[in-house]
Order: sequence, then structure tokens, then C-alpha cells
Amino acid sequence: MKILVPVKRVVDYNVKIRVKADGSGVELANVKMSMNPFDEISVEEALRLKEAGKAAEVVVVSIGPAKAEETLRTALAMGADRAVLVETDDAVEPLAVAKILKGVAEAEKPGLIIVGKQAIDDDSNQTGQMLSALLGWAQGTFASKIELGEGKAKVTREVDGGLQTIEVKLPAVVTTDLRLNEPRYASLPNIMKAKKKPLDKKSPADFGVDTAPRLKVLKTEEPSGRKAGVKVKSVAELVEKLKTEAGVL
Amino acid sequence: MNFALTDEQQMIVDTVRSFVETEIYPHENEVERTGFVPPELGQEIARKCKEIGFFGCNFPEEVGGAGLDHTSFTLVERELGRGSMALTVFFGRPSGILMGCNDEQREKYLLPAVRGDKFDALAMTEPDAGSDVRGMKCFAKKDGDDWIVNGTKHFISHANIADFVIVFIATGEEQTPRGPKKLITSFLVDRGTPGFEIRDGYNSVSHRGYKNCILTFDDCRLPSSQILGEVHRGFELANDWLYATRLTVAATSVGRARRVFDYALSYAAERKQFGKPIGANQGVSFKLADMITEIDAADLLTLSGAWRLDQGLPSNREIASAKVYATEMLARVTDEAIQIYGGMGLMDDLPLARFWRDARVERIWDGTSEIQRHIISRDLLRPLGA
Repeated sequence: MKILVPVKRVVDYNVKIRVKADGSGVELANVKMSMNPFDEISVEEALRLKEAGKAAEVVVVSIGPAKAEETLRTALAMGADRAVLVETDDAVEPLAVAKILKGVAEAEKPGLIIVGKQAIDDDSNQTGQMLSALLGWAQGTFASKIELGEGKAKVTREVDGGLQTIEVKLPAVVTTDLRLNEPRYASLPNIMKAKKKPLDKKSPADFGVDTAPRLKVLKTEEPSGRKAGVKVKSVAELVEKLKTEAGVL
Repeated sequence: MNFALTDEQQMIVDTVRSFVETEIYPHENEVERTGFVPPELGQEIARKCKEIGFFGCNFPEEVGGAGLDHTSFTLVERELGRGSMALTVFFGRPSGILMGCNDEQREKYLLPAVRGDKFDALAMTEPDAGSDVRGMKCFAKKDGDDWIVNGTKHFISHANIADFVIVFIATGEEQTPRGPKKLITSFLVDRGTPGFEIRDGYNSVSHRGYKNCILTFDDCRLPSSQILGEVHRGFELANDWLYATRLTVAATSVGRARRVFDYALSYAAERKQFGKPIGANQGVSFKLADMITEIDAADLLTLSGAWRLDQGLPSNREIASAKVYATEMLARVTDEAIQIYGGMGLMDDLPLARFWRDARVERIWDGTSEIQRHIISRDLLRPLGA
């Protein structure tokens, strides 16, 4: 079975985000970019399934500018077998991403698509769900555990108030949550091999997808700064304030 | 001319940096406080390093290494320089001098060292023989096919975790135009060899937890088969490899300086006095400008030294320049970073004081700044007959 893992190039999670002076977006010039952390978890899970003999091939795909090749190379250095870059300089919204991924999935015919539950730049949390609907495949979102069986998968989901375990038929789309695994470092032998692994280049037009935005960003602004706290003298005062001022008790 | 890293080099940098941030940083405060690295922690770091194929990456592939060229390996060292040496020492980089092993020694020392089954240390310095290596007193007397060794070595880095030590020992004397000089032979000495003892050394102001040790030889008998390279050729053997450790010191200094700079930069932007960030004052901002200029200069000098080695070009002088400049740059950068932090920079709650203390030894070990300047000027003047 083949596993398809979409990965996104985003601003590194360590970078302190700055909003552009004109409010049109966030500053991306000279900012460190990395693989979306949830996608790293997806790559890791796919590799573990392959190492356990449950999958034969791990294919990674990224949609974005030419620089997204670096992100794909990182996934290849982690151990993925092959990469597809769907190159575009446009800002691609979740629906367009899902449509392109549908095209990639139809060409690649994976048995499973593992995708991060969201990207840490726009936090949309839409692509996996839209992709599953477009393909007409089952979905298991926010996975903290994935067990593959014959023609089906058991997915443990992180839901409000606990865990929910569902069984989905394959092929399926699974979106990953933070506690699924801890991604590995790229190993030195794999770093050396990454450049030699195949990387196909495509364009959104190859999949007949129009990436023109459906949404319009009106304004981007920084979250307001945290207000100074107050010191309380006793536990009793703390409880009192939690009741009367914070309203949480 | 191309200053860009290759994709592989960039991934090596990213991986090592991420390793240092995740596996080293969280343990630094504890090591600093106790001056001690729990053995399990050291083994864990070594295990993870092996797992990702970086252990012994400075060695050629035919002996089990990754065959990194000097430039790539210097980048590895630079990124490791960000972390505490007491911990990064477990990110195995055995001494390159082990490539001088013969077939028999290869099985017993070289291959296990590259695999990470055995740790090595290297011993040259003595209480009365620092820069003057050929003035050493530790002496081996021939006895049949064996050698009887007596003497003391000190400042021997991380010998506490070593399974064997590469020791430089006088085996004779020769007359030179500058007086009598010792002939030196390099020996492989196993921990536990009768008459050989490894003891804790002194408490150093720099690199707490990264131990220096004292080695004593008391009628220690070593068979000739323990000789690394040839009899009386130890000094030449060492000189063939010592440039590499100098480059390592330069590279780690650059890495650490960048970490220090990140602290100074963000503090200058965030700390407000008189209603504005202190970085808005030229007195602070110009410090930052000078710091980054020097760091970049040291970085380029270091990488060009590595590049020269890769090209097979003469590099002794250039590497000495990188070593002296990078280590003195680190001293200035750590000092200015504390100045930017003010009093808070001196407190144990922040790592600034540690960086400042750690920087001090870099100008001393692996050839003092004065020795580096001697190497540089000799290289310039000797061809002119001066």
C-alpha cells in the first residue's frame, strides 16, 4: 500500500510573527521557513507504518512556491521515498489545496492519506476534511493513534472531553494531532540520499484546478498584548477574585 | 565563488541545530548547577546521535563514518558549539588521529570508536609541558619489546568517559639547533592498564561538567603493538591532525557566539528604559552591529579554512587565523552581551554568565592565542628568511 502525505512550508514555529506595516499580511521576507509541525507528525506516522511492513511506499506532496522543494527534501531526508511538488506562487486556499490533492490522489492511488490537522500559519483545519469529501473517502480526524487492519483502519481521535475510537474503510484520509508521535530527526544517510530521490514537478493546471482565491483578507492585526496581572495576598482572596472578577468558579 | 550551503549542508545544519535545541538545551542548567552529567544521560545522547547516523561522521565511509568533508563537518561543529560541551561531547566525534591505526588496532580501537562502542581521549599536555610539547617529561623506556612508562599528564579533556586514551610520550631525545628536544611516540592506552590511572582533574571556570583529568603512569608496561603510527614520529602525527581540532574550536566559538547574539538582540529589542527599547540607543545598537560583523567574519574565516582543507590547499596559517579570531571574537561578544543585559546578565538565572565563562578557555586550549599568532607570523616571515 502507498501512503500519501501532504506537507506545507510554513513560517518556523520558533519565529516571532510580525504583521506587515500595511496590515496586508504577516512578514515573510527573511523569515525562517520549515515544515508544518503537524505534517512532520504525518510523515513520521507514514514512515512508522512503512517500517512496520504495513505500507510499501511513502509519497510526499507539497503545493507552493519553488522553495517548497526544501520542505519536500526534508521529508525525503526523514525517509520518504518520493516527492511531488505542485508549483504555484499564488496563495492557495484550503479548498484549492484539497482539489489539487484529489488530483494527486487519483494519479497516485494511495491506500491512505495522512495529513496534518491544520497548518500553523492560517490554522484553517479544513484541507483534510474537504479532501475526504471530494474523494468520497472515509475520514478520521485529529488522530492520536492509527492502527491499520485489512482494508480498514482504527483511528483514535482526540475529541473534547476524551478519546473516541472509530473504524474507517480504506482508502481513507486521516488528519494528525500533536500527540500521535514524536517526529524523528533527518538521519545523515537519508540527508545524503534525499537529493537523489525522485521529485516530480507539476502545476495546479495539470489537475485542472483554478486556484483563484474565493476569500478576501481584509486586515491582519496583531493580537492585543497581555494585560498586567495582579498579585493576591492569600488563597482566600484568590478564590474570591476567581469567583467575582474572573467568573471561572 | 559561491557562499551558499548545498541542500545537504543546510539539512545537516538544521538537523544538528534541532538536535542541540531538543536534546542538549533542556539539560544544560542542571549540568551547570551540579557540574555533573549523569552517565545515563550521556549514553542517551550518544544513542540518539548513532540513531541518526551522525556518530563518527568525521570519519570516511570505509571505516563506518559518514565521510563528511571538512566544510560539512565544520558546520556540524559550529551547530554543536551552541550547546554545552559537557553534553555535546557525547555527540561522538572521535579523534581523527585514529586513522593512523594499523590493521590490528583498527579492529580494537578505530572501528569501535567510530561505532560508538568505545570513547577516546587525547593526552599531550603536562604540568611542565603546555605549548612546549617537546619539553614533555612523561617518558617511555624500552624494555625488550615493551615500553615502561612513567610520568603525568593533566588537563586531559573528557578522559573520565574514555575507554582508551591516545597518549603522547617521550621515547628519546635529539639535538636540534634550538637545543635538545624530545622524540615523541603516540601510544594507545586502555583504561585499566596496570600502572595507568585516570583521576579527576581541577575544577575549571569554563565548561562545568566537561571534565579535565589527570593521567598518571607508574611503571606502566605497554607492548610495542600499542604504538599508534611509528616510534619517535608522534609529534609529526599529532601535527597532521591538530589543525583539525583548532578548526573545531573556531567553529564551536562561532556557533556559541550566534546563540549569545540571539539573546543580546532580542533583549535589546524588548528591554525598555526611559520609555523605549534599549536597542534604540546608539550605544547599544552599535554594539550589536559590531558583534554581528565580527561573528560573520569569524564564520567566513572558519568555513574558508575548512574549504581550503577540502581543496588540499595549505591551510595552517588560515586555520590559526580562524582559531585566534573566532575565540577572541567570542570573548568580546559574550562580554558585550552581558553589558547589554546589565546586572541580569551576571545572574545564574540566565546562561549569559556561563557563555562568558566558557569563552575564556577557548583562547587557551588547542594552542593559545599567542601560539596561533606565532604560527601565523612564522608562516609569513620564514619564507623571507626572518
